[in-house]
Amino acid sequence: MTDSTMESVESFRLRARAWLAEHMPPRDEAPPPLVEDDAHEWERARELQQKLYAGGFAGICFPREYGGLGLTFAHQQAFTEESDPYEMPLMLNVPTFAICAATLLDMGDEEQKRDRIGAAVRGDEILCQFLSEPSGGSDLAGLITRADRDGDGWVLNGAKTWSTSAYAADWGLCLARTDWDVSKHRGLTMFLVPTKAPGVTMNRIRMINGNREFCEEFFDDVVLPASAVVGEVGGGWTVASRQLFHERNALGGGSPFVSGRGEPRTMPRVTPPNAVRASGRADDPRVREMLGEHLTLTKVAEQTADRVSRAIESGGLPPAAASIPRLLHAEAVQRGEDLALRITGSNAATGTGAGEGMGGRTAIGYLMRQSASLGGGSTEMSRNVISERMLGMPREPAPDRDVPFKQVKRGR
Amino acid sequence: MELSLSPDQKLLQESARGLLEQEYSLDRIRGMEGNEPRWSRDWWRKGAELGWAAAIVPEKLGGGSVSGEGVRDLAVLAEELGAGVAPGPLLPVNVVLAGLVAAHGHGPGHAAEIEALVAGESIATWAVYEPGREWTPSDPGLTAAPADGGYVLDGVKDRVEDARQADLLLVTARTPDGVAQFLVPASASGVTISEQWTVDLSRSFGEVRFDGARVDAGALVGEPGADGIVERQLQIAVVVQCAEVCAVLDRAFAMTTQWAFDRYSFGRPLASYQALKHRFADMRTWLEACHATTQAAAAAVQADSPDAAELISVAKSFVGERSLTILQDCVQLHGGIGVTWEHDLHLFLRRAILDQALYGTPADHRLRLADLAAL
Ligand SMILES: Cc1cc2nc3c(=O)[nH]c(=O)nc-3n(C[C@H](O)[C@H](O)[C@H](O)COP(=O)(O)OP(=O)(O)OC[C@H]3O[C@@H](n4cnc5c(N)ncnc54)[C@H](O)[C@@H]3O)c2cc1C
Repeated sequence: MTDSTMESVESFRLRARAWLAEHMPPRDEAPPPLVEDDAHEWERARELQQKLYAGGFAGICFPREYGGLGLTFAHQQAFTEESDPYEMPLMLNVPTFAICAATLLDMGDEEQKRDRIGAAVRGDEILCQFLSEPSGGSDLAGLITRADRDGDGWVLNGAKTWSTSAYAADWGLCLARTDWDVSKHRGLTMFLVPTKAPGVTMNRIRMINGNREFCEEFFDDVVLPASAVVGEVGGGWTVASRQLFHERNALGGGSPFVSGRGEPRTMPRVTPPNAVRASGRADDPRVREMLGEHLTLTKVAEQTADRVSRAIESGGLPPAAASIPRLLHAEAVQRGEDLALRITGSNAATGTGAGEGMGGRTAIGYLMRQSASLGGGSTEMSRNVISERMLGMPREPAPDRDVPFKQVKRGR
Repeated sequence: MELSLSPDQKLLQESARGLLEQEYSLDRIRGMEGNEPRWSRDWWRKGAELGWAAAIVPEKLGGGSVSGEGVRDLAVLAEELGAGVAPGPLLPVNVVLAGLVAAHGHGPGHAAEIEALVAGESIATWAVYEPGREWTPSDPGLTAAPADGGYVLDGVKDRVEDARQADLLLVTARTPDGVAQFLVPASASGVTISEQWTVDLSRSFGEVRFDGARVDAGALVGEPGADGIVERQLQIAVVVQCAEVCAVLDRAFAMTTQWAFDRYSFGRPLASYQALKHRFADMRTWLEACHATTQAAAAAVQADSPDAAELISVAKSFVGERSLTILQDCVQLHGGIGVTWEHDLHLFLRRAILDQALYGTPADHRLRLADLAAL
């Protein structure tokens, strides 16, 4: 579709406004419930996505041939603004759309793009990431899950962990080692693995806030066809790099594939404005200043994501700059947790009767304070990227560089 | 800086750079102590010829912006002056012009004053702070009592930039009909100006006393009770401050990064230590954020958009505070040399201290944000 035939953002916005008002349920403003089993939330997200698809508002920035609308980020932003008062399938944003589908769009073959992106846009399938392993997440390229050739296909063995919402997913993008005779970055291949395939065992891991969003997976002789390979055999690092870029972009707020604003309801996070409302301390100037600080940081994080993604697009900044909004987002979330805790004050320690109440929820949110600076690669890694790839500072020494992986000393 | 400047804006930028480099090296600024004026009227007139006082004044009032987006042009200029911690009344003159332009058509016109300011022939400054008080422009203690078809002003203003070099003072005052602003000649009888110590070596400030100073009704700017004009002035002031500080940070950060590559310790450049690399990464991140929020604020003020008030407070609250964090880190990473008079860093830190302090501290702007959020 050429620009001249593309619907204008304003016209799209007006159509969206009318459609949303008629078809989408209003958003529930109440702070999210603490739930350990959120299966119904996933069901709900799929239904909402199916609704968006039926109404012609799904996959706004995905190409038409893969089930999307082939429109621009500006259209998506307009839709996100319009959809703010409504419930949206936010659970599908990350990792399904913003990370996994975006990576497939860049690196997948025609069939993978058509089938997997199409199914996700229709609300039929959910995707997840199998990257981190028990032996280490920051050193992603040092992973030891292996895929060995078997005729035309592959056999997968190993273990993954910290995979967000894998229990709800249908497919995982799984990075595995396929060649042990070359250096660590060169022997990797990315696979699309069905989460329910024979040989996959999945456990849910309980987190500090009681949530069971994390999973660990064990792969025992999981058989994969040749068509499971995403990108090139041995080219897994290229695919993973793209995936990590999309992940940073999503966390920093610059992804064009995110529809709707804010966190899924299953994240029990109390924001400073909610804490102010609940605390009854809205007139305390100390509280007001803290609120102002929160409003500043969240707005600046948004503005920076916007600026940096424009700059990366126009070549003004290198792709490594996506680490900048990633860091700011982590800072804004962390500081938000700190401020919410301080605003809640003495009420953070005890609940309302036997329930945790808003004060307790603030404390529970605070328990997970670091998640935004670990998930999606730690902020230490982002700082390495900025200093080494943007500022050109010397890289950290690495004894495993350019050594065949089978000779690399692992662990102690 | 805005990611892409138009060719006209680049020209504006280059001409400003040229004029500054000729006159004001950092060494000259380091030498600016004592009471002598920081800049000459001749020099300011040259700047005015390059458009330094014209950007936010419409053409029909004798102004004109090179890009058609005057606020953004002004931000470009502020960056140039900030980069060299230059002297000059860019902020006070443009803030007063913002008020006069916003008020034009309501009350006395002040067309002749606007023209003289645009031409650089006259200097004006905003007298809004009062001794011992924080940022409370809507609650002045200085009174303007109606008398004989005019007003009599009594009270004291301080932290008035370039007070001793100004021809005109834009004074906020309390009248029986609400807060009003008056354009008062600095030479009016009953007006006394005295020098005030200033942290920034290339800036000067004064205290201004009004003892029964008489003005006629033609001195009014806009109408009493119209606070939209004061808000507009504040917005222009904050855009100039934040843009200036962004450029200050760019320079200090570049100097410090270079230092990290050149300075060796234990046989390695400082830039090879992860503990330091991570701090540079943070600084680089905050720097980008300072630019992002400043440009967003400038764009909102340019468009007179409904969220301009919010976005300037976001920018001031962030840039005001983060600038100090970044600059102090620059000092720390320089080691001992960073706290010497001979080193340039303190010139930048001085400007940042000044810019965070005036026209609302970061804390003031946070409170304003909470008010604007209606929580
Ligand atoms: C909320 C959340 C969601 C996640 N979702 C997923 C997912 O969906 N799929 C998935 O595969 N993984 C996921 N992860 C895992 C995540 O990517 C890893 O936790 C992360 O990469 C860090 O790896 P690690 O936990 O093994 O810590 P380690 O790598 O063991 O690091 C421990 C600490 O040491 C620091 N460190 C390590 N190496 C260096 C170095 N060279 N320089 C400086 N500091 C260093 C780290 O920054 C960290 O602070 C998620 C994690 C979180 C918290």
